[in-house]
Amino acid sequence: MGAKTSLRDRFERGLAAPICLTWELTYACNLACTHCLSSSGRRDPMELTTSEAKALIDEIAAMQIFYINIGGGEPMMRDDFFELIEHAVDQHVGVKFSTNGTRIDVAAAKRLAGIDYLDIQISIDGVDASTSDRIRGAGSYARALRAMDNLKAANFGQFKISVVMTRESVEQLDGFEALARHYGAELRLTRLRPSGRGADVWEELHPTLEQNRRLYRWLLERPNVLTGDSFFHLSALGESLDGLNLCGAGRVVCLIDPVGEVYACPFVIHDEFKAGNIRDAGFASVWTNSELFRSLREPGSVGACNSCGSYDACRGGCMAAKFFTGLEMTDPDPECVFGHGEEALRAKRVTLRPTPSPDHSRRIPVSISSR
Amino acid sequence: MTLSTTELFDASAPWSLNAQVSLRDEAFGALAYHHGTRRLVFLKSRELVELVRQLDQFESAHAAIDELVPADQHDRYVGALASLAHSEILRGR
Repeated sequence: MGAKTSLRDRFERGLAAPICLTWELTYACNLACTHCLSSSGRRDPMELTTSEAKALIDEIAAMQIFYINIGGGEPMMRDDFFELIEHAVDQHVGVKFSTNGTRIDVAAAKRLAGIDYLDIQISIDGVDASTSDRIRGAGSYARALRAMDNLKAANFGQFKISVVMTRESVEQLDGFEALARHYGAELRLTRLRPSGRGADVWEELHPTLEQNRRLYRWLLERPNVLTGDSFFHLSALGESLDGLNLCGAGRVVCLIDPVGEVYACPFVIHDEFKAGNIRDAGFASVWTNSELFRSLREPGSVGACNSCGSYDACRGGCMAAKFFTGLEMTDPDPECVFGHGEEALRAKRVTLRPTPSPDHSRRIPVSISSR
Repeated sequence: MTLSTTELFDASAPWSLNAQVSLRDEAFGALAYHHGTRRLVFLKSRELVELVRQLDQFESAHAAIDELVPADQHDRYVGALASLAHSEILRGR
């Protein structure tokens, strides 16, 4: 029963299986959010078949992964969506899935309400249609609220409202809290990352230093607001935020994409962070044997953060945020609360940022009024 | 006045791992996940994991601790079990 820090050290050396496994079911999406982490839009023809997906769920159950976070794309775009989540919960693998809500009509809400061990996260990006739709597309906010109404009417129970913190949405924190209260929902806030299409909007939309400080204080006062450990880089401001407060990439988290590729975390869908494919020898083999994951589990270099007294609190921040802004792994997080990341970015103005890969964005604008 | 978790825990009663909880061994001990509350709890030693797994074979938590834990650590383990009972990882039977 060692101290808390030694447990965190254990986590950084990796676990027998992930605590938190994200599985993007499809790259297909009927929206085209400007900050999409997985550059989704078009289905990939090589996506896992129903039987491959079920075999993966069986392996997840055998590895005693307690729950999976399902996303996309829009996971409900898959025809076998219900078949797959029912296959998972039947084996006591809990499912949390993220959706834009467009497909949660009255019938779907009723069916979802009948499934145990299921959590739903509905995404919005503003507390009003104009703020949210600027990112998610015209009409998307109304559709998300209709999904919430349908879940409420079906007595689904407590769902989650999920919001990415942008320069605009971070100004609406109290409004999100009130909206969640109205629906009896939990509020979940996550960090805007420069991954996927997010790379194109990050500079303009990521919260300012002052906004991040306010967000930190707001979160400290509200331990019930979920963050998925998103904001551990803000813990350098003082008291740690709730959560493990470490980068879990390849150690306690990873991502499986729609074609079976395994990446170190949901925010690094890029060749550089690809650990293997489940189609070769299964997921457990990638988790245990991947050279990339083994190297991530080795103690890393503290690098430029060595001289900062707060390294223990933030551990240098988010690997994906650094990578996609063109920083080195040994640089500070681009949103370092002391401004060291901004200095590092200014010093590397000539560095080319990596291009995200693969890109499944649609080539034509999307209209969501069509079903 | 509020009672501490340990004071509220009746170690003379029989306890067992909650049927809604999955336990997964890890190098540091184990992870316990409660499917109902969706809470993840860390069991930070192998000895504690063994104790939790065997609880249902004893007539009380005290009896299990007497058998499985060195005497000088009894209080610590009562505290650990109390905390697990508080988060519903353990259940009275």
